[in-house]
Amino acid sequence: MDEAERTLKDGRVAIYRHPLLVRATHWVNALCLVLLLLSGLQILNAHPAFYWGEDSRFARPLAAVTTVDDAEGGLRGRLTIGAVPFDTTGVLGASASGDGGLQAVAFPSWLTLPGYRDLGAGRRWHFFFAWALVLNGLAYGLYSLASGRLRRVLWPSLAELKGVGRAVLDHARLRFAHGEQARTYNILQKLAYLAVILGLLPLMLFTGLAMAPGVDARLPILTELLGGRQSARTVHFLAASGLVLFALVHIVMVVAAGPVNEMRAILTGWFVLGKRDKGR
Amino acid sequence: MSRDRLTDRRRWLGQALTGAAGLALAGCDRLAQSPQVNATLDRAEGLTERVQRLLHGRSALAREYPASAISPDFRANGTTNPDSEAYQQHVAAGFRDWRLEIGGLVERPLQLSLADLRARPARTQITRHDCVEGWSSIGKWTGAKLGPLIAEAGLKPQARYLAFFCADTLELTLDGTGDYYETIDLIDAFHPQTILAYEMNDQPLPVAHGAPIRLRLERQLGYKMAKYVMRIEAIESFGRLGLGKGGYWEDRGYQWYAGI
Repeated sequence: MDEAERTLKDGRVAIYRHPLLVRATHWVNALCLVLLLLSGLQILNAHPAFYWGEDSRFARPLAAVTTVDDAEGGLRGRLTIGAVPFDTTGVLGASASGDGGLQAVAFPSWLTLPGYRDLGAGRRWHFFFAWALVLNGLAYGLYSLASGRLRRVLWPSLAELKGVGRAVLDHARLRFAHGEQARTYNILQKLAYLAVILGLLPLMLFTGLAMAPGVDARLPILTELLGGRQSARTVHFLAASGLVLFALVHIVMVVAAGPVNEMRAILTGWFVLGKRDKGR
Repeated sequence: MSRDRLTDRRRWLGQALTGAAGLALAGCDRLAQSPQVNATLDRAEGLTERVQRLLHGRSALAREYPASAISPDFRANGTTNPDSEAYQQHVAAGFRDWRLEIGGLVERPLQLSLADLRARPARTQITRHDCVEGWSSIGKWTGAKLGPLIAEAGLKPQARYLAFFCADTLELTLDGTGDYYETIDLIDAFHPQTILAYEMNDQPLPVAHGAPIRLRLERQLGYKMAKYVMRIEAIESFGRLGLGKGGYWEDRGYQWYAGI
């Protein structure tokens, strides 16, 4: 291993886990994803319904958020998936407006950028941070390939893949590796990071491009492979949901595994191996 | 610690968190309205436009579909029935006295009736209409090719854009900046799929979709495809039209080059 390591005064071992470029791209990535999510929901609010295929058959969306009037003249929010309606008043379809009442809007203002309705502004933010995400991803990808980090740190071995069932059980009981075993990523971490880096993020990019009529004119294969423009839009949202799920699990795992040590590692690079294995 | 104090503390924490979230949101909105922030965001717009141009160039064609792909429920957006007296008289008369004016920086200004337009080189295409809002509909369009019409009028050397002036007013203003208009460059004007459509799905173009003619500018979003076109002018710059951004929606924050 070319990782630097040092022994702390109390005998624990600290390893230099995240080089500067990885730390920097991690935080740029986090910022971009948050702003892309918020501006993306602003864009989605302009037409909060999903379809499959090239075009929108308005009478039968796969899923849609609508606002309906209730018997007392108030607003109710409704999420319909297939033919099944759910009352989502307060969150989707009808949520708090500035003056204390309810407003008819699909995603609430605290989940959109800007907080008020402005599709044009949402698009400007979205495209700006899409470029930032792509350039950041290129920097990370080139570094990971050139330094061999992708293969060394993230690529799972066959033996690791065979132990995936056991790893799932350990994680479900919040039993994490300590000491020397925590020196490398475990199999679930590797698979989750690879799924995001090689799966969800490229999928976001390609489904995003496939929605652009200009791109479709030059690279129709992109839209066709995804089953059409409306399919691409639906997959774009599902992949974004996957990223949100990943981020939530990621944060829970950081807290469960030791937030101080994990945050120190992603801020300074230094990750302290637990005490238990000292001297073994 | 007494129960009350614990509850107080929780309430305080809750209020503090709500306050912090509110501040963050207000901060975001203030950022979104700051001129410096918007100038930075605009830099990416230029990049996006140049990359799109590089990618699809002058000649790439938008995809065309078989008749079976035509949407049964093509949505009509924006204005669906302009309420001006002049327009309503045209509707009542079946656009018999309507004339499309082509003027501005041209050698030979034209006044064309619907019959004149139908006699010019035409194109039929089944294409997908992508709205900036996110939905798509597929329709069949027949119309006069814009390129030959502009060539017939003869562009003066300083002409760089075409401006389309429409019969619909989306926002009532005293200075006319609420009137719908659009501008396109000459690359798009001479693109083979750029037509002035007078038929939709084999029927005369319905009022809801822009009768008597609407611009079809495939490869870009729906708001570029002006409906109810009354006059086309060749111009040198669009800085003095409307609010100066090149179109009704561009003046309200949408991209001038709407390929994404």
